[in-house]
Amino acid sequence: MQLAVNILVLASIYALICCGYVLIYKVSRVLSLAHGELMMLGAYGLYATASLFSGHPLVALAAAAALALAVGVAVYAALMWRMTGESVLAAVLATIALGILLRGAMILMFGTQTQYPLRDLGWTNASLDLGAARISAVGLTLILSTALVYGALAVFLRLTRWGIRMRAAGQYPLLAAQRGIGLHGIYALAWGLATFTAGLAGMLIACDAGLEGTLVIIGLKAFPAALVGGLDSLVGALLGSLVVASAEVLLIHYVDPLLSDVVPFVILLAMLVARPWGLLGTREELDRV
Amino acid sequence: MSGYYRTRYAEDFALLDTATKKAWLAFLLVSLFIYPFLAGPLALDLANQILLGSIGAVALMLLTGYAGQISLGHAGLLAAGAFTTGILFKELGAGIWVTLPASAAVGAALGLVFGLPSLRLRGLYLAVSTLALHFIVTFAGGEYETRRGYSTGIIIDSPISDPRAWYLVLLAAAAATLLFGSNLLRARTGRAWRAIHGREAVAEALGVSVHRAKLSAFVVSSTLTALAGCLFAYYRGFVSAEAFSLYLTIQYVAMIIIGGMGSLLGAVLGTIFVVLFPYAIDIAMSALGLAERLSSVVFAVNYSAFGLVMIAFLVFEPQGLVGLWRRLQSWFLLWPFKQRPLA
Repeated sequence: MQLAVNILVLASIYALICCGYVLIYKVSRVLSLAHGELMMLGAYGLYATASLFSGHPLVALAAAAALALAVGVAVYAALMWRMTGESVLAAVLATIALGILLRGAMILMFGTQTQYPLRDLGWTNASLDLGAARISAVGLTLILSTALVYGALAVFLRLTRWGIRMRAAGQYPLLAAQRGIGLHGIYALAWGLATFTAGLAGMLIACDAGLEGTLVIIGLKAFPAALVGGLDSLVGALLGSLVVASAEVLLIHYVDPLLSDVVPFVILLAMLVARPWGLLGTREELDRV
Repeated sequence: MSGYYRTRYAEDFALLDTATKKAWLAFLLVSLFIYPFLAGPLALDLANQILLGSIGAVALMLLTGYAGQISLGHAGLLAAGAFTTGILFKELGAGIWVTLPASAAVGAALGLVFGLPSLRLRGLYLAVSTLALHFIVTFAGGEYETRRGYSTGIIIDSPISDPRAWYLVLLAAAAATLLFGSNLLRARTGRAWRAIHGREAVAEALGVSVHRAKLSAFVVSSTLTALAGCLFAYYRGFVSAEAFSLYLTIQYVAMIIIGGMGSLLGAVLGTIFVVLFPYAIDIAMSALGLAERLSSVVFAVNYSAFGLVMIAFLVFEPQGLVGLWRRLQSWFLLWPFKQRPLA
């Protein structure tokens, strides 16, 4: 039972991170390898706002979330729009460069000490008893916010005008642009939303386990989950997260805790060999003669 | 009749076509041979690092710059070569004549296995499978270290200890790699790589076997990289999983971006830039009087400066240092004109 709870918490962490990878890939076919760093930046945002608005934890949270959204749009406006229409390789390399820049800048600004934003907010991470298992309050918040984010994204992409435009831009950018959809606006929105969700994940993880450099590794480990589910499918991301998280938790529990860093990548490799487009992703056609 | 005309196909294929180029190459070779006798210990170490790095950079350039296959597993492949060397040395007491071919074999095998997904995948997915390679290889290496009790790393006795001797060995290795690369690129294999980089469907229509070209690019690149890893292990005299972080991969990727995609000269220039960069930062920091204050976070300064430089090259000069060099060349050649005059 405790294992099931652990799986659920880890799966929602992965799912919350994944939806950023999926959003950016689905809309602009760019793989953001700076996602882990953006996640950490979101967490540091919370750390900064927590001391700025001390005594008003909810204000601090809202400010940090808004900050994450703004950072995402700024990343697009400052860097990624120049990569629109460039080769996939150039865009991916730009995100790698951005990641390393952010990592250095964050260490310079905030140091290497482990921070505890939850304590700065004035809250404690209570342990809740569910009968057969225990879950931390932050863990529960993680599950709830993942559900909320996925629900909101589903409604947004299906029903709202901007969501439909976003899907159109992802499906056929040229046609979408000719029908009057401003691609730059759409892409900026995708980056904003992706960074927002990444920041949210970063904040929650930092609240649970402290804010330190390993956050970037978690961001990278979530990536196999996105790929297992299919890089352009949000439902797939949920499914993939569940698969990767269960494999990881079970193997750590029954085999060896040291495996935690490789398990996602082994699953990823197996998936790439068997079904490269993921469980629910769209099959990308290779050109054949 | 003035000008330079090629009248035979062999002239088209020649690596060095004009007498000026031959003279320059001779000059370069002579100065490279004189260098170790003039340079101090630090300058010699830097030169060795550059030579060592350029083997890996050329290997990555062949794969990414020419064949157009993204790889993020370069540090993993270096680690594979280094650990093969370390493990054979520790377990069997093997010498360099065993470890070198063994590393090459391991590299080739890994290249084959991790190149296989490339047959069904395009660009991004491939980057991901090579990333998986990185994590799996470094994990396996780390496991070996902890299981066998070398928790701080494997120490290897090197057959060569004199830095000057190392310089000559590495120079020979780097020159051989460059020669091998440029020979391969003007042969059928290299042309096939460039063709699949351009457009796979067209290449296939022209009779290029896309599968074979992709796999050969992976195998050649990872074999060379594993060899570089083996040399790295001997040069450092020390192998540890921590040395092969993702940052190392990023450094190699930076070498080919900064040097200029699709050029072997670019790979070498990029290596020089990336190896010297931290030292330049160090000098700049002492000049600005920041060295004291930032001494504990030097690596962070390096990271951010590195990221900035990579972004600057990607945005403003995607052709890299080679692009700058070519622009400079044509500026002088065409002066006072800006572009080639018509007719």
